[in-house]
Amino acid sequence: MKRDYKVLILFIIALAIFPPIAYHIEGIQHYIDIMIFVGIFSLITIGLSLLMGYAGQISLGHAAFFGIGAYTSAVLTGKFGFNPWVAFVVGILLTAAIAYLVGIPSLKLRGHYLAMATLGFGIIIFIVFNEWDTMTAGPSGFSDIPGISIAGYDLDTDIEYYGFVWAIVVLVLLFSINVIHSRIGRAFRSIHGSEDAANAMGVHTSKYKIQIFVLSALYASIAGSLYTHYMNFLSPSSFSLFFSIKLVIMVILGGGMANIWGAILGTWTITLLGAEWLHFLEEFEFLAYGAILLLMTIFLPRGLIGLVELIGARWRRGLLAR
Amino acid sequence: MKRRLCVISLVALLVMAFVIPVMAAGKKPYTLGAVFSVTGRASFLGDPEKKTTQMVVDQINAAGGIDGHPLQVIIYDDKSDDTECRLLVTRLIKTDKVTAVFGPSLSGTSLAVVDLAEKHKIPLVSCAASWKIVTNPTTKEERKWVFKTPQKDSHAVEKIYDFMKFKGITKIAIITVTTGFGASGREELIRLAPYYGMTIVADEKFGPKDTDMTAQLTRIRGTAGQGIVGWSIGPTQVTYIRNWRDLGMTKIPFYQSHGFGSRKNIELAAGAAEGVYCPLGATNIGKLLPEAHIQKKVAMKYNLDYEKKYGEPISSFGAHAWDALYLLADALKAVGPSKRKIRDYLENKKDFIGQHGVFNFSPVDHNGLTKDAFEMVVVKGGDWALAR
Amino acid sequence: MAGRPLPFCHILRKMEQITLGNQIVQYIFTGITVGSIYALVALGFNIIYNATEVINLAQGEFVMLGGLIMVFFVTILKLPLIIAFISTVVVVTAVGVLFERLAIYPLKGASVLTLIIITIAASILIQGIAMGIWGKDPYDLVAFSGRIPISFLGAMIQPQYLWILGITVVVVILLNLFFDRTIVGKAMAACADNPEAASLVGINVKMMVLFSFALSAAIGSIAGIVITPISLMEFDRGPMLAIKGFGAVVLGGLGSFGGAVFAGFLLGVIESLFAGLVHSGYKDAAALMVLLIVLFIRPSGLFGSIEVAKIKKF
Repeated sequence: MKRDYKVLILFIIALAIFPPIAYHIEGIQHYIDIMIFVGIFSLITIGLSLLMGYAGQISLGHAAFFGIGAYTSAVLTGKFGFNPWVAFVVGILLTAAIAYLVGIPSLKLRGHYLAMATLGFGIIIFIVFNEWDTMTAGPSGFSDIPGISIAGYDLDTDIEYYGFVWAIVVLVLLFSINVIHSRIGRAFRSIHGSEDAANAMGVHTSKYKIQIFVLSALYASIAGSLYTHYMNFLSPSSFSLFFSIKLVIMVILGGGMANIWGAILGTWTITLLGAEWLHFLEEFEFLAYGAILLLMTIFLPRGLIGLVELIGARWRRGLLAR
Repeated sequence: MKRRLCVISLVALLVMAFVIPVMAAGKKPYTLGAVFSVTGRASFLGDPEKKTTQMVVDQINAAGGIDGHPLQVIIYDDKSDDTECRLLVTRLIKTDKVTAVFGPSLSGTSLAVVDLAEKHKIPLVSCAASWKIVTNPTTKEERKWVFKTPQKDSHAVEKIYDFMKFKGITKIAIITVTTGFGASGREELIRLAPYYGMTIVADEKFGPKDTDMTAQLTRIRGTAGQGIVGWSIGPTQVTYIRNWRDLGMTKIPFYQSHGFGSRKNIELAAGAAEGVYCPLGATNIGKLLPEAHIQKKVAMKYNLDYEKKYGEPISSFGAHAWDALYLLADALKAVGPSKRKIRDYLENKKDFIGQHGVFNFSPVDHNGLTKDAFEMVVVKGGDWALAR
Repeated sequence: MAGRPLPFCHILRKMEQITLGNQIVQYIFTGITVGSIYALVALGFNIIYNATEVINLAQGEFVMLGGLIMVFFVTILKLPLIIAFISTVVVVTAVGVLFERLAIYPLKGASVLTLIIITIAASILIQGIAMGIWGKDPYDLVAFSGRIPISFLGAMIQPQYLWILGITVVVVILLNLFFDRTIVGKAMAACADNPEAASLVGINVKMMVLFSFALSAAIGSIAGIVITPISLMEFDRGPMLAIKGFGAVVLGGLGSFGGAVFAGFLLGVIESLFAGLVHSGYKDAAALMVLLIVLFIRPSGLFGSIEVAKIKKF
């Protein structure tokens, strides 16, 4: 727990000094905007990391919750003129309700069945976004969504939004770290180890599974609302099956299955690969994701963060040896 | 003293050796930015747009640039993704510091970046279809910094309805794909129907990955529809024509959207496209245009140059990039690399002869085209023919 | 009358008289055709599952490869249909074997989560390679016996529909014979029931796993070959087919062959009727809702046994 807090403090410092550095280096001024997206997507992957890593459940449809939060914010503010913060909260409540309803029957399933149930759910929600055009403006997209402001101060520059998004990520991280090290967190890890053993020991597995499922959906909904007010435009294509799978890849690549920081590392890596580094692959970029997934699962199951830990352990051993 | 003089003259010579070539090297390049969906689900849009852009840039520079200034266009691929597109346009504005941006290829990706153009006060010339790109859908005001070169879907619909009215059709069935393109077309079909005396007796939809529309066409068959309008892009626009033929419905005339404009589609339809109607911009039917047609010269030149360079016929969509780039080049020549001056110039540009029409911009019309930017065309003998 | 193309004026009159009943016949025929593909995909899932307890989420890719490779043999190499058909099945079977050796065999004993992810990764990779070879365009295949529609009860039936139905029936019958009458087939069935007991009596379980992938790939490729003349084929058709095929598997009961076939047809017809009678835009959602409802209410499906569903590790 202490270690997590130490990392958190270092992380906050890094976040704070990044924008002024980026602004003054030729060629990466736009990285601030990239980091805004990394922050938004990290919110989702932190939740997925808790679900997949600590509770051992899979979701191939998390883009749906991201979308429900996003569209609720868009429709309430853009169509009905609600205050963005009110819409934010409504989005969270709506997502939580849907996650609860879907979670109860789904989480009774296991393994492949659960994967397919979440996959099916994700696609159904995507189809609803596309078809319910009277509400969501359908495939043409919902444009000219108002921005969000804090106490009358409009958040419309990139630096302001960067600070806003990452402040929320830090809060969510704090909360999640606490969850992991709490009694509930230990209960989760026991489920991941063996659901039957956990049940035998009196751990209320179904209750905990649903709780974490709903929590991860909540995080995704928050991310969705943040996305909406930054893009000022939504189209269903951002919430497709491919995005759900990309989220899972982020968690696996980073090593979020074992470590919440892995989720952020994975998100950052995949976002940068897509936005900057893999451009040379052109249309074969998605092939790289398949390859990453395969290689990670076979050779590096603890992900990039596992690599970092390995290097860290070797380094410490090296220091001790002196 | 002598030594100091030597050193000074040496330094002066060295300085001149560097500075003079730089000065003589010519004028600073004009830099534009372009974002296309070169890969991803809309690559059939972005790929020809990128190729056209590269070809035009080479042609302009070979002719001495714009007033002696070499033209530089930085092209990015947004992979048909809204988030990517937004990041790339941000990059063009902040890091690459371009004077103006053209593209994106899709209505969705364009709408995702219009607020960037307005916020950073940089001209954006989109190559996408939706009217919402240039007009705010709630306030109905024309956006200040955004323009677009493709015809609006409403122009295509009006052309089709004009022709159908001429043929005596009053009851129609529509079948549209659930993508941005299809949804936009459908909106216009429904909105404009009463103005042309059209009653829509069937409103069918299908998904972009669907492989069979016989259910929808069967339902249409059960109505009193005298004509069918299909609005789609990609393989589905070929699939439903094949279904239409396979169901023996060819007596009910079929009208395609302007997205049909490619000979490859006719081929894939395996004969099912015979007799299908379609509104197309002049550039697609360059050969069929009469010599006196105002766009004949530019259309033929583009067609021949492109085919010669890339070994494939032009695509309707590449021509949108041609229009956008030439518009910006024209503006650069007239007013130089000032964002505000370019915007003002474009907003008042009249009689610009482009691939897809003759553009007449105004402060309340940042698209500059009417339904006459289209010709009605029919598929005959596996190729286009003017429809009468 | 059915089977001979009608004279022109009769077609005109027939079209004006199309009734709801005629439409429903049309939907049912389209549904059965599409359902055949779901049935074949579902069979492929079951064969692999029965031998290995793995759900191969890359199953749809075998269908896609079947279609595209057949296009290559027929259109580029201009081979006669039968030769092209057999060659295509052989090639895709080889791909199935390669897949098993490279991705499945090295990971014996991995967790379910890992296996799901591996098959998803494999699906992405195969799609990528297909895209590299064939690009993104859809490809057409000549219909086996022409395209003149046959009129039947007011519906227009493509001859290819009959090919699809016929070949599916033949495949099902052959599979039944294979598992019931041949040694290899019976060995595979034994592995499905109880791998430990099977290996005790000398059955090479590892070989059976390999066989199951080969067989599954072959069946998938046949589905791809017969459907391409109707609906074209492109590199990314696989995932949606796999999802719906899995829906049929669950509906029929995981592990039950008869159930898979029946459920495949049923799912196809439900989807087609929904598209025709209710709302065409939501038809995929309808098929997926069926999947979700079965998963939530009766995961063992129509014909699976509840005890089996609980015991089998998945």
